[in-house]
Amino acid sequence: MTVDYASALVAAVFFAAAPLMLAALGETVSERGGVINLSMDGTVLFAAMAAFAVARGCGNPWLGLLAGAGAGAAIALILAVFGLFLGASELAVGFVLTLFCRELAYFMGHGVARQPGPDLGSLSVPGLSDIPFLGQALFGQSPVVLLSLAALGLVWWFLARTRPGLVLRAVGESPRAAASRGVAVRRVQLLCCLAGGALAGCAGGLYSLSVKPGWGHPQGCEGAGWIALAIVIFGGWKPVRVAFGALFFAAIQVAGIALQDALPGLSGALFQIAPFPVMILTLLAVNLRRSTAFREAARRVPLLGRLMPRSAGGAPGAIAGALDKGF
Amino acid sequence: MTRRAAPLVRAAWALAAAFAVTLGILLAAGAPPFATLAVMAEGGLGSQAAALRTLAAFTPLLLCGAALCVTFAANLWNIGVEGQITMGAIFAQGCLRAADPAGGLPAGLDLALGLAASALGGLVWALLAGMLRTHGRVHEIFSGLGLNFVAMGVSLWLILGPWKRPGMASMSGTETLDQALWLPALGGRPMSMVGPILAVAAFVGAAWLLRRTFFGLTLAAVRQNALAATRLGLRPGLRILAAMGICGALAGLAGGILVAGLYHRLIPSISGNYGYTAILAVLLASGSLLALPAACLFFAVLTVGSVQLPLSLSLDSSLAGVLQGVLVLTLFAARRLRPLSRRREP
Repeated sequence: MTVDYASALVAAVFFAAAPLMLAALGETVSERGGVINLSMDGTVLFAAMAAFAVARGCGNPWLGLLAGAGAGAAIALILAVFGLFLGASELAVGFVLTLFCRELAYFMGHGVARQPGPDLGSLSVPGLSDIPFLGQALFGQSPVVLLSLAALGLVWWFLARTRPGLVLRAVGESPRAAASRGVAVRRVQLLCCLAGGALAGCAGGLYSLSVKPGWGHPQGCEGAGWIALAIVIFGGWKPVRVAFGALFFAAIQVAGIALQDALPGLSGALFQIAPFPVMILTLLAVNLRRSTAFREAARRVPLLGRLMPRSAGGAPGAIAGALDKGF
Repeated sequence: MTRRAAPLVRAAWALAAAFAVTLGILLAAGAPPFATLAVMAEGGLGSQAAALRTLAAFTPLLLCGAALCVTFAANLWNIGVEGQITMGAIFAQGCLRAADPAGGLPAGLDLALGLAASALGGLVWALLAGMLRTHGRVHEIFSGLGLNFVAMGVSLWLILGPWKRPGMASMSGTETLDQALWLPALGGRPMSMVGPILAVAAFVGAAWLLRRTFFGLTLAAVRQNALAATRLGLRPGLRILAAMGICGALAGLAGGILVAGLYHRLIPSISGNYGYTAILAVLLASGSLLALPAACLFFAVLTVGSVQLPLSLSLDSSLAGVLQGVLVLTLFAARRLRPLSRRREP
């Protein structure tokens, strides 16, 4: 394997990871505020359709991306109205929204299916893209990668370093405590849900305008939203780890494509589903590591102790056990 | 308003709201709204052939609906039904293509074995998800969804690989089964009546299990308070596995009926979204066992009716899923939209 080939693979991983990272960061923001947005998969798909249709209509892909973000926020608004203000089960509404948005995207997108349209193109930052190995991957290929890294920085800075971020985390950890400190809990949750939806909508736009350009009845990004949901748990609700999770799953996708050339005997369908068993296995490993049984075993066997999670971590208090439960 | 009438009033509100939202969506998509709905009704109920197709879609929906009632009774979000149908279909096809219609066992026994194998396939797939939940702390939403994709991959691999038609692999499915191994059909129609009968029997059985047996009571105990159920020695983990197993067996049976009674071969994505649609039907029936068959029938009409849309109006057939989703969402809203007397605790 030459250096060129390796750096091309790394570039492909960052490119494929960009929308996954945005969707997973969106869900992170939402869940850190205590709102589980299970509609990710439908949101990404519907936003992909909306972004492509608008970009094709106006001829400007950036307007399309904006429309995708708007569509994602609109779906999140439906979830928030049902979950926060009507008191319906967030999981049930989110799941119905996933199915509904997927079908709605296919229905509304029928007219623009298999049509040519604009895409976000490529972008090269002069100077930075000449950095050996990583320069081309990060700064030399597409605005998509830069966008995902910017979102990562922004979400991390917002959650970890700003006052509103602290309020959001407080609401997610303990809505009651936050309410008694005078925080308008539902308004904060509404805002974080909307922001998360908008980020997921951007992810949809990145799919249809750059990573898997175009729209069709299978668009090609089906299931990505579910992977993003799993990445949030995998990354322990922490933005930087979530970003690494997105890179990990993108690497599996890229490895599948690379192996397909090397092992032509295996069907392409098998490589397309590879991320899903890996998703189950990573959740298994992560959740077992956080379990009480493992903690007790680690106390007795010193070698296991090295695998112990260093911080308590885990889900924000308001949603603890909702998606990572056991007995 | 009497207490008995309240759900009906809510359903009427939900229907009216769903109708309004649907009109909005159709107008936004530039489709003639009333012509579209007429095409769907005509395609689902308009002729004897259409009614039979609706019945063919109703069968797996009712089976999966009954299956999902069992897992919902244990408070499980079992969205892996789609994969359990697929696994059932794979097991049935594997069993039936190995059967020798000419000699050996009588054809009826072959078929019974095939359907039993399909139930086993669904059971295995559901238990896998259940054990990931009880022993691996993986939420059933993720294990179910992941296993759906895995089952789809396995069926595609079988169709294009080991079970491909002699000469050429084709996305239209494996080779058709011997006619002796089809579920018996009346008067030369493609669809068998054995499927609907089995589905109704399974539904009645599930209703009896949940409402009239000790097992049903323990599931309710696990749903309402898992900790108390543990203290009572009800072993929630075991109950959850049992509920998943029953659900998987019924869903697998639906897959077996699709193979032996309708398609007579394994085709790609044989589960045809029935698993997801059944979840919506159960949510629409909102826990009422009586309302479930009606919800399944209504969704079957929508699903079958929408198949005509691409041909006659060049619309996408996913309109059925849109309508189903709108209906469930408006019902959620109708159930919750009361004057703000009972505020949710923050």
